[in-house]
Amino acid sequence: MNDLWNGIQQAISLTLTLDADLVEISLRSLRVTLSALFVSCLIALPLAAILAVRRFKYRRLIISTLNALMGLPPVVVGLIVYILLSRSGPFGVLGLLFTTHAMVIAQVIIITPLITSIAHQSLRELWSEYHDLLISMNTSKWQRIKTLLWDGRRALMTASLAGFGRAIGEVGAIMIVGGNIDHATRVLTTAISLETSKGDFALALALGFVLITLALAVNFTTHWLGRTEREGRW
Amino acid sequence: MFPMTACDLSVKVRQKHIIGPINLTINEGGITVLMGPNGAGKTTLIKALHGIIRLANGQVTFATPAKTAQEQQSFVFQSPIMLRRSVLENLAYPLMINGQDKQSAMERARTWATKIGLSAHMDRPAPFLSGGEKQKIALARALITSPKLLFLDEPTASLDGAATVEIEALLSEAQSTGTTIIMSTHNIGQARRMANRVLFMKDGQIDAHSAANAFFDTPPTEAAQKFIAGDIVV
Repeated sequence: MNDLWNGIQQAISLTLTLDADLVEISLRSLRVTLSALFVSCLIALPLAAILAVRRFKYRRLIISTLNALMGLPPVVVGLIVYILLSRSGPFGVLGLLFTTHAMVIAQVIIITPLITSIAHQSLRELWSEYHDLLISMNTSKWQRIKTLLWDGRRALMTASLAGFGRAIGEVGAIMIVGGNIDHATRVLTTAISLETSKGDFALALALGFVLITLALAVNFTTHWLGRTEREGRW
Repeated sequence: MFPMTACDLSVKVRQKHIIGPINLTINEGGITVLMGPNGAGKTTLIKALHGIIRLANGQVTFATPAKTAQEQQSFVFQSPIMLRRSVLENLAYPLMINGQDKQSAMERARTWATKIGLSAHMDRPAPFLSGGEKQKIALARALITSPKLLFLDEPTASLDGAATVEIEALLSEAQSTGTTIIMSTHNIGQARRMANRVLFMKDGQIDAHSAANAFFDTPPTEAAQKFIAGDIVV
């Protein structure tokens, strides 16, 4: 209980004094996570719309696989990305291992199936609502996908936020591919892990509170900007 | 575009025979009303004629190429399907998917919103309006592209008298400006008011097809006679 109280006090102190290390780590956490989220959304959202609108061979298999991959163990993803990016691996020449780029790659692999699956669920429902109308209007496949993505944007925001939540709290994969290098690849979660292993629970907790605050702030801001939960809106 | 000809048209759903074989010719102008008891196949027939149901057999042909004919048709469903957008955006949608620029599409949508008495609700989300208002939007959205052929599936089935009068006025105006209308209805009074021709369906077949006056004065078949008399047709 004492550690918890100390953690809260230290979190407030670190935040109020704008501790340089904390700011650096927090900004890196945000940069890595938001970059991964951006790349992931570019892949996941159109893929979800295509899976909702089009009927093709192996579609069900792809959906089942994506659903299964939602529970992908991050440590295994980290290990695979590590092997691929290590000097002897096929992409070793790119020199990405132990950089924030590698962390972004690992996070993209982890959150893309999650965002795709949640987005697909919403868009599938929207498509069943719109199907007859858009077919009767003689719309092209591209127009249908665009319409679904636009009209389903609030549900897609929720899917993206689920991806953000998973990515910002992720530690296993980014620890392996990032290496938790001070001033280079250290982010909030890996810093918490390090401080816990050193026995500095107060600092670990302080970082934990900052992480939670950051995640909540991003969620609240997105909901506020998206104008969700207001009367007459989706 | 006319005549529209259905040749040996039949529809099956999961191997179950629903309608057909139907042979039918619709010439330009006027209102053709499809009548018949529940389950006679009215909705299936107009959806098949419009091309949003796959035919098991036969074909629907027009005097113009199929693509051109498709572009000159609109469809209004029994339960209006509203895009999750404002009234104006719903009205402008068919214009914009046909390549019209947003500004002129919105301008035309504004004119139509005023015409259907929804100028005060232009910016409200369409799905939150009443059933009658939604059906007026659906009809205006179908007419905004000035289609040569308009299909309606029981457009006033769940509407009150006032909304029905407004819908019928819009249909009469559309017909007088050159839109050929094919609509299904259960409402014998509406058929008497609106129809130039009547197609009476029973058990997935066309039981009678004649001019409206002749149909109501001397119903050509026993089933039609019973239907008009208000008896149960089985």
